[in-house]
Amino acid sequence: MPPNRLTDFSNSSSPSVRRSAAALRLREVSRSRIGFQERAAPYLFLAPGFFLFTLVVLYPIARAFQISLYKWALVPGVASDFIGLSNYSRAIHDPIFWRALTNTGVYMAVTVPAQIVIGMAVAVLLDARMPARAFFRTIYYLPVVTSWVVVSLLFRYLFLTNGGLINWVLHDGMHVTPHNVDWLGQRWTAMAAISVLGVWKGIGWSMIIFLAALQTVPRDLHEAAAVDGASAWRRFRAVSLPAIRAIVAFVFVMLVIGGFNVFISVLLMTHGGPLDETQVLLTYMYQQAFSFLDFGYGSAIAFTLTMIVLALSVAQLRLFRRPGEVG
Amino acid sequence: MVVGSVRRERAVMSARLALLLLGAAVMVVPFAYMLVTSFKPNALVLEVPPQFIPHHPTSANYVQAWTSNKFEHYFFNSLTVAAVTTALSVLLSSMMAYAFARFRFPGRRLLFGLLLIGLMVPTMMLIIPQFLLAKHLHLLDSLSGLVFFYTGGTLALNTFLLRSFFQDIPRELEEAMVVDGAGPWKRYRRLIMPLSRPALATVAIFSFLASWDEFVWALTIINDPDKRTLPIAIALFQGQHSTSWGLVFAASAIAVVPVIAIFIAFQRQFVSGITSGALKA
Repeated sequence: MPPNRLTDFSNSSSPSVRRSAAALRLREVSRSRIGFQERAAPYLFLAPGFFLFTLVVLYPIARAFQISLYKWALVPGVASDFIGLSNYSRAIHDPIFWRALTNTGVYMAVTVPAQIVIGMAVAVLLDARMPARAFFRTIYYLPVVTSWVVVSLLFRYLFLTNGGLINWVLHDGMHVTPHNVDWLGQRWTAMAAISVLGVWKGIGWSMIIFLAALQTVPRDLHEAAAVDGASAWRRFRAVSLPAIRAIVAFVFVMLVIGGFNVFISVLLMTHGGPLDETQVLLTYMYQQAFSFLDFGYGSAIAFTLTMIVLALSVAQLRLFRRPGEVG
Repeated sequence: MVVGSVRRERAVMSARLALLLLGAAVMVVPFAYMLVTSFKPNALVLEVPPQFIPHHPTSANYVQAWTSNKFEHYFFNSLTVAAVTTALSVLLSSMMAYAFARFRFPGRRLLFGLLLIGLMVPTMMLIIPQFLLAKHLHLLDSLSGLVFFYTGGTLALNTFLLRSFFQDIPRELEEAMVVDGAGPWKRYRRLIMPLSRPALATVAIFSFLASWDEFVWALTIINDPDKRTLPIAIALFQGQHSTSWGLVFAASAIAVVPVIAIFIAFQRQFVSGITSGALKA
């Protein structure tokens, strides 16, 4: 710092400069200019990003609801008819919508608990001084980083009726099934295959979050419980689990939201077929919008889903927010 | 007694390792089988019993995947889109994060709340209005349409992650720069950005992989075969050649191997990125 700054500072006579000594020394630059620059800065920093965010995310959120109130006409120049909530009442009376909702529910009922229990089990196994820990963590996380497209095609291949690895193991290898199962050709076996993929791909994610959470549990609590003769299971129930309850709840909510979002695996493994038997909410929405060009009905399905997901997220934030957050 | 407990500890550790190995096998076998299949001639991919080590391995699938159907072209489409998206998203979200982390200004809570809404709403829910918007902006069937929406879609999460990192940078450093007369832009460029390399790396990796793997939006707005990205090309491989599994998996391997390499090289950033969102929430 040039020494003359200090003398400048000692000459300072402006009384209303902010209290911090740092700000006081900015005297040589006109005070109002600095003030304006500092006040405008956050808006200027936000402007480009927030503009794009508004255009690409916020505006479409509002628009999704608006579109759902119309019998949407895609042809330019043709006016769309406002039909109020008709698209919503149509959903209520649409058996395929209910089937899609049921299938989504079944997918969640299977994949959410499985991912939590298995992810937690792997995390507990890894939460110890042990060889090759990083190696295991990497292996379990591999499916998470692999694209949905690739793993969906891979599982479609594994579940092929003739020549698929699963049927070979179950039928030819272990003789569990009397004949080759047509996994992807029937509703429940197809949902089972899709759920298996969902669990396989998701375990690594819940595992890594649980593992990080478990590592925040103080060691001495564990050791004290062990000295008192508590079994490993009791120590987990009484020490670890209460300490990471909020994280378990967070993972639960995220997995439920993820369950509502099941899409690519269904699209690429069964395409919602045969005869809409394996439709889930998003495949049905996508089909309505981009195969039948019924944007109004598709938006009604999407908006219903958005509301459910938002309610869940807000509930999660409310229940488990920690101090120190903005707002 | 002591000997007994050591023996017991060993037994527990062995059981632990055995269980973990079993699980690891379940994780790896599908990938291994995919790679094996990609080296099989097409006539043998559905053979029963399957050959786990192909008797006559061939790289024909890789040669064909890479040379036919403009696959090379799709690879570079994906690379371009992912690289541009990453650069834009890191720039814009770090600027927003800086504003949220270091300034108090009217409307801050409201804007941050809006950002959180964007974080919670799943992208698939917005695909219809986004499609109409892209049509209106003449962004259908173009790589810039992909970049535009991918960047916008990653901003909320990236800003959220970077903000919490920026908040932990000691304020004194910034005040020292103020003393030297540095304006906000200079502080952002010369102080915040250089000190945040690990967080920026995390965010960059996430953005890159998200756009590299993105499928649904590209499927929806891209019709022109020249504009396809890798995930689209792979999914269509499966459609066009419904029996050419070897080809599908050779193409998949080409798309997946860079991802896995990035993941293994940057594991630390990955883990911190994934868990910081969760543990701070």
